[in-house]
Amino acid sequence: MLNVGKIEEGFVLDHIPAGKSLAIYHHLQLDKLDCTVAIIKNARSNKMGKKDLLKVECNIDLIDMDVIAVIDHNITVNVIKNGEIVSKKELTLPKEIKNILKCKNPRCITSIEQELPHIFVLSDGKKQVYRCKYCEEKFDTRSFF
Amino acid sequence: MRHLITPLDFTTEELERLFDLANDIENNKEKYAKKCEGKILATCFYEPSTRTRLSFESAMLQLGGEVLGFSDAGSSSAAKGESVSDTIRMISAYTDICAMRHPKEGSAMVAATAASIPVINAGDGGHQHPTQTLTDLLTIRSLKKRLDNFTIGLCGDLKFGRTVHSLINALVRYPNITFVFISPEELRIPDYIIDMLKEKEIPFKEVIRLEDVMPELDLLYMTRVQRERFFNEQDYVRLKDFYILDKEKMILAKPDMLVLHPLPRVNEISVEVDQDPRAAYFKQVQYGVYVRMALILTLLELV
Repeated sequence: MLNVGKIEEGFVLDHIPAGKSLAIYHHLQLDKLDCTVAIIKNARSNKMGKKDLLKVECNIDLIDMDVIAVIDHNITVNVIKNGEIVSKKELTLPKEIKNILKCKNPRCITSIEQELPHIFVLSDGKKQVYRCKYCEEKFDTRSFF
Repeated sequence: MRHLITPLDFTTEELERLFDLANDIENNKEKYAKKCEGKILATCFYEPSTRTRLSFESAMLQLGGEVLGFSDAGSSSAAKGESVSDTIRMISAYTDICAMRHPKEGSAMVAATAASIPVINAGDGGHQHPTQTLTDLLTIRSLKKRLDNFTIGLCGDLKFGRTVHSLINALVRYPNITFVFISPEELRIPDYIIDMLKEKEIPFKEVIRLEDVMPELDLLYMTRVQRERFFNEQDYVRLKDFYILDKEKMILAKPDMLVLHPLPRVNEISVEVDQDPRAAYFKQVQYGVYVRMALILTLLELV
């Protein structure tokens, strides 16, 4: 059994589906932050069988929660202060997301106008389907990672 | 300030008012001949479309307004790499209203966001062409005196035909419409439309032979199989003559059935059908001008 020490100040992402932690690491741009990050893969879980965890020692306000919600809104976000869990953040699928997904439709206006933000609007919460605000191209986030 | 970007931007009540205005224009042209005096319409066409552009220009000229614009991307600042947003800001300084056609999907929405004048989407790639849908609805309403309680057959390229998809989305807002989709297997209506109809419990059926369903139709909407939608020339050649509406098939139709077509046609409607009083596709062109006149007046808040 591998032991990773407690963090004093920061947050823990728990119940990440096994194998998705690195994708979350990159999409949260944690590589650009100068803080301690522990990536735990394939930890044993009663609920999920196997799961990943991310322990991040930085202010949670620096993080875009929408990114985590889009990846998987069932992930648990524990906020840590003085080494203790002080709150759990609820993740809900955002109605609109900006510059998280990229429209892949070659006929979309975003394919030629680079300065346009890539905006997606939630069209089916149950199936986690977003559509490009401009061309309405479908994006199933479940098949994204 | 309002724009028209998708056919569903207007509620059915707003459409009723728009169509009433279009019919009033049809019957009282002189009353509207100077309504747009001193106003300028920009026609920004990044790809060629003779009929749509001329229809807009005719509409504005008949309202007493002026027109300026360009009719292909090569003669516009887009060729120098200017963005749609920057172009529309410039156009906003020169004119009062803009009709835009652009090959990229979502371009009209981008223009509307940056514009300080009303923007009309005159076609954004294969995405939306709302003034064609308004034309179709006005034609049906004017000639049938209603937009509900009928069976409409949509025939030809139901897979790629954006006019068909837009018309279906617009018609499902009216009660008691039955859809009959007539297409070869390769050009079937997309699943997302079928799913939408099932969800709304709207009756529909899919058939391959036009003859089999002719007697039950109140409206027949014909479409062209477009060469540019195919990657494979052989597929195009095989499918382009799949449906040809001719005199013989018209014999099977109801005496008051209407034939519509967004035009241009190639050979899917035989010219002999043009003389049939049920052929409404050239009247449809005329209604296209009336509905664009009504739209310009509405968006410029001149009524």
